[in-house]
Amino acid sequence: MGLLDHHGKIERHATLLLVLSFLVVSIGGIVQIVPLFYLDNTIEKVEGMRPYSPLEIAGREIYRREGCYVCHSQMVRPMRDEVERYGHYSLAAESMYDHPFQWGSKRTGPDLARVGGRYSDDWHVQHMIKPQSVVPESIMPSYGFMMNRELTRKDAEEVIDIMGIYRMLGHPYTDEMMDVAMTDFFAQVDPFGDPVADRYPGAQQRNFDGQEAVTEMDAVIAYLQMLGTLVDFDTFVPDASR
Amino acid sequence: MLGYIKLAILGFAVVVAAVAAGLARDLSYQIHALIFMVSAAIAFIWLIRRVSEPAPVVDPNTYMDGPVRFGVIATAFWGVVGFLVGVVIAFQLAFPWLNFEWAQGFMNFGRLRPLHTSAVIFAFGGNALISTAFYVVQRTSAARLWGGSLAWFVFWGYQVFILLAATGYVTGSTQSQEYAEPEWLADLWLTIVWVAFLAIYMGTLIKRREPHIYVANWFYLAFIVTVAMLHLINNVQIPVSFLGSASIPVWSGVQSAMIQWWYGHNAVGFFLTAGFLGMMYYFIPKQAERPVYSYKLSIMHFWALIFLYIWAGPHHLHYTALPDWAQTLGMTFSIMLWMPSWGGMINGLMTLSGAWDKLRTDPIIRMMVVAVGFYGMATFEGPMMSIKAVNSLSHYTDWTIGHVHSGALGWNGMITFGALYYLVPKLWQREGLYSLRLVSWHFWLATIGIVLYAASMWVTGIMEGLMWREVDAQGFLVNSFADTVAAKFPMYVVRGIGGVMFLTGAIIMCYNLWKTVTSTAERKPASVGSAVPAE
Repeated sequence: MGLLDHHGKIERHATLLLVLSFLVVSIGGIVQIVPLFYLDNTIEKVEGMRPYSPLEIAGREIYRREGCYVCHSQMVRPMRDEVERYGHYSLAAESMYDHPFQWGSKRTGPDLARVGGRYSDDWHVQHMIKPQSVVPESIMPSYGFMMNRELTRKDAEEVIDIMGIYRMLGHPYTDEMMDVAMTDFFAQVDPFGDPVADRYPGAQQRNFDGQEAVTEMDAVIAYLQMLGTLVDFDTFVPDASR
Repeated sequence: MLGYIKLAILGFAVVVAAVAAGLARDLSYQIHALIFMVSAAIAFIWLIRRVSEPAPVVDPNTYMDGPVRFGVIATAFWGVVGFLVGVVIAFQLAFPWLNFEWAQGFMNFGRLRPLHTSAVIFAFGGNALISTAFYVVQRTSAARLWGGSLAWFVFWGYQVFILLAATGYVTGSTQSQEYAEPEWLADLWLTIVWVAFLAIYMGTLIKRREPHIYVANWFYLAFIVTVAMLHLINNVQIPVSFLGSASIPVWSGVQSAMIQWWYGHNAVGFFLTAGFLGMMYYFIPKQAERPVYSYKLSIMHFWALIFLYIWAGPHHLHYTALPDWAQTLGMTFSIMLWMPSWGGMINGLMTLSGAWDKLRTDPIIRMMVVAVGFYGMATFEGPMMSIKAVNSLSHYTDWTIGHVHSGALGWNGMITFGALYYLVPKLWQREGLYSLRLVSWHFWLATIGIVLYAASMWVTGIMEGLMWREVDAQGFLVNSFADTVAAKFPMYVVRGIGGVMFLTGAIIMCYNLWKTVTSTAERKPASVGSAVPAE
């Protein structure tokens, strides 16, 4: 054990111990993380993916705030039962605009990666107000308070600030999108408003919660109803390299 | 002079925090600003009453145990809080009406779960680590803590961080990354506190009088520096406004997932393993009154452990959109990690060679040994669950939750309880503990509680994993998701009962420690010589 005899040098030198420990712990992260920023299949562009609309951002922020990720994953694994239960397996590109990712680690409730379009708006409203009224076995808490929380111009401004940060980080928001973001925010709950889908293809536009006021419930349902719907898997061809 | 500069800084901080509270864009931020304001004001008042007095003379040959004493109290307090919140959310899963109508916006499961995880990991575990690190580094270096009152800053600064995090979760400030939920303001504050912690630790090691740095300190040092690295890189974020709590993490998608689990798994690997191994390497030999079993084993398993752990993150992302090569690396290193983990377990257990009889008479050593046993069990189960084939079944299920709690309750909890039972009589100069019988009660309640917890989660985890994938002869899925939720109910109740037992044990411990300080005889001072007793 000749090598171990030299360990005494490290044991007698605090700074050497610190520096060597740091070097040893830095290697794994460098090897596993750095390549993900330039490998083709982790930065690929897939047709259909677009940045979130203003109202969807508001819904996504509520989803994060309430800790939905604690019980719901957004990542369909490529296994028979999951593909049959939830739909096509999730692609890396489908979460490219998610800061941070919402893949989750636990399914106390079902996966939500492809929940968009599966249930009606009314179902979602009922389910949020009293989950057990539509799924008797459910152990989900009630989120009825979102019906009463009105979204104002101040909330929309917060969303526009977030869009500004997203843009800085490389999301393809155009000048036009930024200019009309305030209008889009409120137009998305107005079935007769300026079509938001012109700028955000596939965005759902209607009065989601059936109330006159624009509420957190509208925003959350707008977000849920677009989840996993952007990529058209009838025409999608996986890259040969994956 | 320094006192007046500190006063000026504190006074400035009070004013800035007050202004920030007035202009706050959201409730979380307003509460955070008020916490800063009140903390700075208390420090200001405390300091101004002493600033003109001559500084008290400190004998540099004595240990600085004030922050350790406070740390021990904080550990016990936050432990009970964290376990209590855990019991509440365990029963929320069994009985959803416990998500009370009147508290919907604050106390739903999604908000309380981060409160539970942070309270036990960072408040209970963090205080245990900081206070034992301060205690151990002084004893094994034969030196007083470096930095004077900086140690007090670290202790109180860390409590402020805990308050920021806890109030943030309940009022809706979260980054939505597991175990890294606090947003930019709390993250920045923790960075400052942590750098001070590292400085004190290094400063004390550098001025040590022992020629060799004792093995416990290697683990503490690796824990402090690695957590700093993980915290900084996983929390790169842009505040939406400097007057609001919200911030947007810079990383997205796959990169965000990989960095998060590189962080997340090594919060386990370094916060809950390396740091606690440092505790094991000091307190087990002290309590058993035996030297560490193998010096060579400690060298090998130290370097192997810290090198391998950092690669294990991707096993949280098996079969996801993370590239296969990264998943395979994560699995391979996780399996290799079994060996250095058991190296630590063997070194801890074999330290009892020649002292095994103490298991019969000393409930504290029993607690420590069971802690190491749970460590060994959890570090076998972990590598097994990281195998992709096993993981395809276990991932997303309660099995993961059971695994985490074998480690957290069994290893981290039990070794901390053992350290607290060892420390309190020492720190308050008592002859011994108030009651060893109560320690035995604590031991059995906690152990049976953990067994109920782990066993019920194995059953629900494997059951739901199998139910999700079950197909009938025609190839259709047999169970709806809701069927699996209903099937788990009895096991959720058993888990909750296990949690109640563990919590009860901790409350008994608090009573025992309290009585130790208040109603046992004072230990006579050993010697009045100027030399530091080699403890």
